[in-house]
Amino acid sequence: MRRVAVVGVGQTKFGELWDTSFRQMIIEAGTRALEDAGISGEEIDAMYVGNMSAGQFIRQEHIASLIADHSGLAPVPCTRVEAACASGALALREAMVAVASGMHDVVVAAGIEKMTDVIAEAGQEMLATVSDQEWEAFVGATFPSLFALMARRHMHEFGTTDEQRALVAVKNHHNACLNAYAQHHVELTVERVLQSPMVSSPLRMMECASLTDGAACLILVPLEEARKYTDTPVEIAGSGQASDTIALGDRESLVSLRATREAARKAYRMARVEPKQVDLAEVHDSTTISEIMAIEDLGFCEKGKGGKITEEGMTAIDGPLPVNPSGGLEGRGHPIGATGIAQALEIVLQLRGEAGKRQVKKAEVGLTHTVGGSGGTAVVHLFRRR
Amino acid sequence: MGVVGYGAYLPRYRLKTEEIARIWGADPKQMKRGLGVEEKAVAGPDEDTVTISVEAAKNALRRGGIDPSLVGAIYVGSESHPYAVKPTASIVAEAVGAVPEMTAADLEFACKAGTAGVQACMGMVEAGMIRYGLAIGADTAQSSPGDPLEYAAAAGGAALLIGKLDGEAVAAIEATYSYTTDTPDFWRRDMHPYPRHGGRFTGRPGYFKHTLSAAQGLLRRLGLTPRDFDHAVFHQPNGRFPVEVARELGFSLSQIRTGLLSPKIGNTYSGATLLGLAAIFDRAKEGERILAVSYGSGAGSDAFSFIVKEGIERKRELAPKVSDYLENKVYIDYATYCKFTRKLVR
Amino acid sequence: MHVPRFWREIPNRYGLVGTRCGHCNRIFFPPRAICPNCRRVGQLEPYRLSGRGRIYSFTTVYSGPGDFREQIPYVLAIVELEEGPRVMAQLTDCQEEEVRIGDEVELVFRRIKEEGEEGIIHYGFKARLVRARPQPGA
Repeated sequence: MRRVAVVGVGQTKFGELWDTSFRQMIIEAGTRALEDAGISGEEIDAMYVGNMSAGQFIRQEHIASLIADHSGLAPVPCTRVEAACASGALALREAMVAVASGMHDVVVAAGIEKMTDVIAEAGQEMLATVSDQEWEAFVGATFPSLFALMARRHMHEFGTTDEQRALVAVKNHHNACLNAYAQHHVELTVERVLQSPMVSSPLRMMECASLTDGAACLILVPLEEARKYTDTPVEIAGSGQASDTIALGDRESLVSLRATREAARKAYRMARVEPKQVDLAEVHDSTTISEIMAIEDLGFCEKGKGGKITEEGMTAIDGPLPVNPSGGLEGRGHPIGATGIAQALEIVLQLRGEAGKRQVKKAEVGLTHTVGGSGGTAVVHLFRRR
Repeated sequence: MGVVGYGAYLPRYRLKTEEIARIWGADPKQMKRGLGVEEKAVAGPDEDTVTISVEAAKNALRRGGIDPSLVGAIYVGSESHPYAVKPTASIVAEAVGAVPEMTAADLEFACKAGTAGVQACMGMVEAGMIRYGLAIGADTAQSSPGDPLEYAAAAGGAALLIGKLDGEAVAAIEATYSYTTDTPDFWRRDMHPYPRHGGRFTGRPGYFKHTLSAAQGLLRRLGLTPRDFDHAVFHQPNGRFPVEVARELGFSLSQIRTGLLSPKIGNTYSGATLLGLAAIFDRAKEGERILAVSYGSGAGSDAFSFIVKEGIERKRELAPKVSDYLENKVYIDYATYCKFTRKLVR
Repeated sequence: MHVPRFWREIPNRYGLVGTRCGHCNRIFFPPRAICPNCRRVGQLEPYRLSGRGRIYSFTTVYSGPGDFREQIPYVLAIVELEEGPRVMAQLTDCQEEEVRIGDEVELVFRRIKEEGEEGIIHYGFKARLVRARPQPGA
């Protein structure tokens, strides 16, 4: 298998993009990525696009064709990839495999979601389709409620507190203030988080990622060719993916995501990296408890200690292991299909030394972690500066 | 042929007369005295005639001690079936495990639809058509906000499992007698949410005429007098009518006390007489005789005479008693009541 | 949820019928067609569960889907049934303040939701605290 590098990145701003349509978003993100890589459209051999649910949000299926067409790139092969909130990361993995296998040379890995063309209540219902329709949505489960059930159990088993969870939101919103592309530019305090309306107890509104529009795009090439495009190639050193039960009731545990542990194990092994060698990470904080569980499951601390190390500042942007320097899903926003790509985009910028006010000092090995639904899918990638 | 099992169900929630009076500016003491109802049972937001029927039926089957698949017929009598077309009875049959070799139907006759179901099951068992029949009376009665009916319209239900008396039984059914005329004292037109009534016309020409006629007819047929009965229960739309009709017939307060539930639960419509009967079964002794007379507006009354059997002592302990349901209560305010009964318009 | 899809699962929702693997004896509710332990070697048969269990986790939903708007706020729980499997269910007849992890519950037949004003009514199970059921009195 060939080694693979990222040589171009581009994204739209994330937010409520009233003036920008689905097709305009992908064009904007794609154009920026091509410019960043210094390539033209004809050089692209294949496209992989992560998108959870254009069919629900804008009643548009077959977006692979729509995107290839409106990017002006048809007849390039284009594939739409779906794994709920991990769609973008999965698209990255598919793109990576396409290059690694030798099937294609210059490949686009993109992600896009247009969520605000429908009203928020409808958007939340569409989001809930990631749960088990027969046995979870049927009895009234909402997306936040799935994480709330995990949060309560985490509090019960480890004594994690409301304040520790709130600190995740405070940290990520602070980081987002340093990110021009992020949706939210508001500093939070623990009080403000814990006084925001309860969504599904114990999780409050400011602990949950919002509905967002956005698109992001990466250009992948074989590592051996990367210097043709950039002086700062970033290698995708490891990739891991795993599945788990779709319904929470069928999980072995509510305080750990087996899919994350499995995907991480495979990614670490492929990259020959141990958790303690990771310099920074973009993890899947769809809610505050998601980040706490993620840093445990990724091996950055013992199971149950995620709240404590957050409280101690270990994961702050100037701490020993910055987590979600971009602002994470909570601060940057969560256009579902785009998130996995945006996480990788942040790591690439950081490893290149181009993260500006958010720049993490030591940035040689970075990790992205993306989860589908309540944990039915997880994808982990490791990136190394070359 | 008689009662092989019986079951009751009351929802947890109660709305006090004084709370309703508070909202509508009525005198709570006067309302309580006038109606004889202190509080009424209100169904939770996830309850309806179907769910109430299922709980009552399951309790009756627990006491019956039979395999549910042996139930050959299920009849549910109610004024508040959730569907206008699609039977409550088939959902109940599925939920209790009686399907598929059986017959089922829904009945409507205002508050006496449940006892009409008892008579249907009696006939079918006696004729050898079925081994066991389940007759259920249940309601989540709706009333127009501010209407006097609101003080009593309540939710609850009870079920009787009817079968031959070849094994352990709760009670034999000695006889039944019905009195039916076309008397439009209380009605609800199709697709309208709340019933209308003839005010005081519902009294003498309605409730009293039919209840008295059915009771007297039964006593005459059996050659009995009120003294031959240990307990009596009459349809109880409020706390006053059953007391008056008992007195007119010659029954004492002590004979009707056990079955008189409306002061504490209101008028559970199709469930009312059967719930009162269940409360009596919870206490009655072997050999005692019970009179039960239902009344349904429109109008008609079904009267029954039961003789309690020795199986009652053991069977009554197999499921919650009416008194257990009476004590298992949570008070709600008028706003919560409106939310639960879907009176809040979006 | 449209009619055939709901109807198909009526025996499971009303009767608490799951499946049991004849090979490893593990019980599944909701029912599974394949045992993840035994896969093709497993022989799955219908199995009726008792409905008794304990609360494993719970949450009160304050912002819910349209079909459930009238029941807001409602409590959702993961119930660990006595036969082993865990299942998600709404709690009925109680407020969140009353609930603790480990509380004994039983599954009861309740109305879940409707398909709008004209559609069918979905019935199924909810969990009720055992101490909230009518207790045998004096």
